Amino acid sequence: MTSKATLWGAAAALALMPAAAIAAEERTRGSSGHLNIIYWQAVSTMNVFLSGGTKEMNAASIVLEPLARFNPEGELVPWLAEYVPTLENGSVSEDLMTITWTLAEDILWSDGTPVTSADVVFTYEYCNHPEGGCAYRDRFAGIESVEALDERTIRITFDEPRPNPHVAFVGAGSPIIQKAQFENCMGARAPECTDANFAPIGTGPYVVTDFRPNDVIQFEANPNFRVPTQPYFQTITWAGGGDATGAARAVFQTGEMDYAWNLQLAPEVIEQMAAGGQGELLVDFGPLIEHININLTDPSPDLPVDERSTKLHPHPFLTDKAVRRALSLAIDRPLLAEIGFGEMGLPTCNFVVAPPAVSSPNNDACLEQDIDQANALLDEAGWERGPDGIRSRDGVRLEKLFQTSTNAVRQDFQALIQQWWREIGVDTRLRNVDAGVFFGGDPSSLDTFQRFSADVQMYASTFEGTDPTSFLEQRRCGRHPRPETQWQGQNINRFCSEDYDALWLEKSREADPDRRAELAIKLNDYLVQNYIILPLVARGRVSAISTDVGGMVMNVWDSEHWNQAEWYRRTE
Amino acid sequence: MLNYTIRRLVMAVPTVIIISLLIFLLLDLAPGDPTAQLPLTIPNEVREEIRLALGLGEPVMVRYVRWLQMMVVNEPLHALASVTGWENLRPDGQRILSWQSRSPVGDIIAQRIPQTLWVVGMGYLFGILIALPIGIISAYKQYSWFDQIGTFISMVGFSVPVFFTGVVLILVFSVWLGWFPSMYDTTLRVTDWDSFMRQVRQMVLPVSVLALFNAAQISRFMRASMLDNLNQDYVRTARAKGLRENTVVMVHVLRNSMIPVVTVIALGVPAVFSGAIITETIFRVNGLGALLINAIYASDIPMVQTLTFIFAVLIVLFNLIADVIYGILDPRIRYD
Repeated sequence: MTSKATLWGAAAALALMPAAAIAAEERTRGSSGHLNIIYWQAVSTMNVFLSGGTKEMNAASIVLEPLARFNPEGELVPWLAEYVPTLENGSVSEDLMTITWTLAEDILWSDGTPVTSADVVFTYEYCNHPEGGCAYRDRFAGIESVEALDERTIRITFDEPRPNPHVAFVGAGSPIIQKAQFENCMGARAPECTDANFAPIGTGPYVVTDFRPNDVIQFEANPNFRVPTQPYFQTITWAGGGDATGAARAVFQTGEMDYAWNLQLAPEVIEQMAAGGQGELLVDFGPLIEHININLTDPSPDLPVDERSTKLHPHPFLTDKAVRRALSLAIDRPLLAEIGFGEMGLPTCNFVVAPPAVSSPNNDACLEQDIDQANALLDEAGWERGPDGIRSRDGVRLEKLFQTSTNAVRQDFQALIQQWWREIGVDTRLRNVDAGVFFGGDPSSLDTFQRFSADVQMYASTFEGTDPTSFLEQRRCGRHPRPETQWQGQNINRFCSEDYDALWLEKSREADPDRRAELAIKLNDYLVQNYIILPLVARGRVSAISTDVGGMVMNVWDSEHWNQAEWYRRTE
Repeated sequence: MLNYTIRRLVMAVPTVIIISLLIFLLLDLAPGDPTAQLPLTIPNEVREEIRLALGLGEPVMVRYVRWLQMMVVNEPLHALASVTGWENLRPDGQRILSWQSRSPVGDIIAQRIPQTLWVVGMGYLFGILIALPIGIISAYKQYSWFDQIGTFISMVGFSVPVFFTGVVLILVFSVWLGWFPSMYDTTLRVTDWDSFMRQVRQMVLPVSVLALFNAAQISRFMRASMLDNLNQDYVRTARAKGLRENTVVMVHVLRNSMIPVVTVIALGVPAVFSGAIITETIFRVNGLGALLINAIYASDIPMVQTLTFIFAVLIVLFNLIADVIYGILDPRIRYD
């Protein structure tokens, strides 16, 4: 594994290195000195299992490592494992019921003790404890047992055939923790182990020397790291706090910081700052998709509270496909992408936008706004304009409520879309809800996105890893939020189709990657060609890096710091 | 006076307990959810387990009593043990845990106090030091050019928001001139002259912003209060007795004028502890203000409850202190 990682780093370094810089072989551990990273949303804990946030996952990823992770192309590469287990090399059983991982040789924890299969088994037990509140417990769902066969071999047995067995212990959200350190921190006692949670012992290139929650973390190179010449930076200060503008300024304009994460700023602000010339913008696109969800049930406030947005009452006009299609046609997606995200967004007509293998090539027509066609479509369907320009049919007026979370870009989008829909004779009222409430999932609140007390709503969705199967599962029948499920569920549209379910079941049982990709595209097309979901913009991950720092390779499939050991300073 | 102080302190106990109950219930009833900020990829069943692990499954009164016990018994004992080093003081009971970091809120607050006092406290102190002379001179030479300029500056300081002055100062002094850092480094330890100068340099911008704002406010109070007193009969008497002008203004008028100003200053001290949310965010100071606003965004209710409770106690306390100082400044005021 080490040779592969080094090759990766070397390739990246070659691509990025200016002629005058020091050659890779002259670099040694610590030769690049000190690195400053700024996360304006500060890191709260180093124990990813207790947080679930992306910021914690990224910070922990330079200390704690998984058995395998994704490279920037979205392919699995072995990390602590010797190789990636597959059907071909016999480590995944023919019946798809077990997977066997082998740890690479001579991997040490930062305290000098060897990593063994017992640590891997313990990680499973720790996160799978019902009282621990482990944020990544779903990674271990459907696992019957995890056993250590010998010092270096671990066998995972599933409770049913698993075509994609690379979920547990894969990627930055599923790292291995040390049994010796966390043994007494199981379940309800997890929060008591503050020292361990703030400075976990890991196998990664760095160890924590000082951790202040929501403020700053200091790292030092791990003396027992498996690549003797890495990491190149001896120490890292991982600052947190402030705001996104300040973080961008510190990289682009003052040069105080070398790396800034998640700069979700207005495109013109970023552009102006980047002109400072001290840093460059890094953008890469993963599966994050800003989209509009159509409510197929009636959210009318005249209904009893527990019957609003439930299947008891179908929506008066959004169940008409012509209306949904007209709404989609009226939207100018390229304009939205440009105004809201600039370089950091791409207009799209797909719900699954990445990885490239599973993103559909069939829907690009919607990129062009066509108000005339939308109007013709509605005329044809019998929706006639009234004296105020709003269409109606059989006493049903095309009036709807459009809600989203409170966020400057989303409010701009709302205003523009309201205007376009007005042009096709659809009246729209706008509403925005505080993000903490909107995404909060409180079953007693009418304002959550699951409760969906509106006709259409907009937010962003994404999925972990490269496999959209569970993402697409969300739109299956019976997965809709309703009173019986305390309004939990991910089928926000209250959509249900036997064809869709049949396609999904086939995908979930298929092991052939090409056929899986084909089915993912079909499922995506089903949703967008029936206009259940109106995709708008594929959003990128945005970070900024000093022009003086090299070796960084942006990765949307894993932590951005997946190859932190290989970052270096150009002017050493 | 002592009796009065003791009586007021005893009276403060029920006040503080009622405040704590109100804070607890208000925050508990407020919408928001600690798992709201997590990525949507985390399924609802897992979110529910996280909520249970945070202790949200229990009835509100049980949680309140437990929190109050930790707040008034366990946490102060822990703080005392840490300050004095007497480890046997440390109670075995649970501590209040932040939902974000799952670590004791007391430790995090203790980490944040130094930078808050350094930056916000200095901003307040400098603000007072600038404001008092400006207020005195402005009043004494009313409508002079000094008064006009002082009035103009305090109007600017008062009406231009901190998020504007802060960013302008960063642009001028950090980006263009490069004299001062735009970000505060909380890990800096002052050990020698060099690190002391670094500390001074990183404090200059946030302290100036806060000092300008505070000075604007206090200098207006000082000026108004001086003007009230300058026309009083006792001032004429003092002059008639042949006292020197310096004595008249700096002893007789100033002492009487300070009474309302001291109240304003004393009541402003709790605000120093609650931090300066906007200034701290702009300069990345990460003091108590930044801690509070982050906890609110993340629905980290134990942290918000603890901080607001501490602020409430400070406000009650400084109200009392202001009243006591009255008595010292003005011998006519006696409470017993």
